[in-house]
Amino acid sequence: MILDSIKTFGKYCLFMAQVVRRPDKWREFFKSLIFEISKLGVDSIPLVIIISLFIGAVICIQMTINITSPLIPAYSTGMATREILVLEFSSTMMCLILAGKVGSNIASEIGTMRVTEQIDAIEIMGLNSANFIVFPKIIGFVLFVPVLCILSMFMGLVGGALIAQFTDMISMENYIYGIQSFFVPWNVYYSIIKTVVFAYLITSISAFYGFYVKGGALEVGKASTNAVVSSSILILLADVILTKLLLQ
Amino acid sequence: MIEAKHVSKWFEGQQVLYDINAIFDSGKTNLIIGQSGSGKTVFMKCLIGLLTPEEGEILYDGRRMRDMDISHKRELRTEIGMLFQGSALFDNETVLGNVMFPLKMFSKMTRAEQLERAQFCIDRVGLVNANDKYPSEISGGMQKRVAIARAIALNPKYLFCDEPNSGLDPQTSILIDELLSDITHEYNITTVINTHDMNSVLGIGENIVFINRGHCDWKGNDHTIYKSNNQALNNFVFASRLFKEVKSYLEKRDESES
Repeated sequence: MILDSIKTFGKYCLFMAQVVRRPDKWREFFKSLIFEISKLGVDSIPLVIIISLFIGAVICIQMTINITSPLIPAYSTGMATREILVLEFSSTMMCLILAGKVGSNIASEIGTMRVTEQIDAIEIMGLNSANFIVFPKIIGFVLFVPVLCILSMFMGLVGGALIAQFTDMISMENYIYGIQSFFVPWNVYYSIIKTVVFAYLITSISAFYGFYVKGGALEVGKASTNAVVSSSILILLADVILTKLLLQ
Repeated sequence: MIEAKHVSKWFEGQQVLYDINAIFDSGKTNLIIGQSGSGKTVFMKCLIGLLTPEEGEILYDGRRMRDMDISHKRELRTEIGMLFQGSALFDNETVLGNVMFPLKMFSKMTRAEQLERAQFCIDRVGLVNANDKYPSEISGGMQKRVAIARAIALNPKYLFCDEPNSGLDPQTSILIDELLSDITHEYNITTVINTHDMNSVLGIGENIVFINRGHCDWKGNDHTIYKSNNQALNNFVFASRLFKEVKSYLEKRDESES
């Protein structure tokens, strides 16, 4: 088990050494980059908006219900909602959700290319197939994920604001005052740094699983599942390490 | 010309190719034939360089593949065209995009020149009104034609075809065979075709290598194949009743001629 993990890690490092190379043709690389930003990033915007909006609303409701002590000011609901969104939800939870969407997409796409010999065709032409296929995906998602992170924070706060607007659980004034209180700008940078690392993990791990698929449709499905599971576990592990490093 | 000298290959301790020697001539359709699991695909992958044989060497017009560094291998690969069993067309590219792909990546042509060359290749393989279609929107035979057009786009010196007729009806198979044969002679390409289609063997087999259980059991051409005394070859080639009848007819014809 441990030996297998070490072997897999070694294989992953060799794979990444192939991926992170100067592209054969910059023009084609930039075309692929724009395509990947659109496919992996822009296409994820609706999912991010919907989830963040509802989770923001739910966090706001739960904070209001659970913070009942008269000693705690009413605006703390807004503050707690903001902190949860900025510190954990819009980075870690959002990336765990995106690991399911983007990770499985990458693993199944590359896995299908492998089993239908498209990767062999690229290799035969004399191209570095790993670099040609995977590098634009990693760079594209890593570049775009901060936008998704900030969008998620914003939509989460909007979700909380909708609760303040349409229920009598908390007044809008208290909510707005709360989300502005004791704001630490570094927390936003911390969240963005985390999402960039998570985006790298999602894309590279999923591409790795897809790239080394052997067999047929069944194996592509397995690779897709393994990619999502491994990315999710490593996101959680990286979350602990980054939190310790960046917030202490 | 491609030469394979004493090629042996193992997978996890199990030997799959045994000391294979073969020469594939320029301007000829060279066929590698054998039963499923005989090792012909492994041999072809060794020839292309997708697999590295543990023993022996592959020479491309005298250039040893084993001695080439990565940049020389890449250079060699731009001289190679490959037609895969499943066509291996890029799903997200149209027919025109697929044929233009190697031109975009490796040629210094302008876009207009690339378009002209791609259109020439598409016309050469006989595809009509298919430029804007995606691989999923065209038939298997058309996909093979697109793959051939893509393979010849850069004027390759060497063309490899892995079971070009698999999944095609007999009539389309013959058309693909004829196309490959014509292209080979027209551009003096060293074409290596991996097949177990007997129509191809008897139709375009100018140089045939028979692989049996990892051994090179027989070499010849479409004229000598039915005269062979090799039992494994006869069992393989003349397995069907139709081909048994063809063999007896050819033998009778030879006897009457002599």
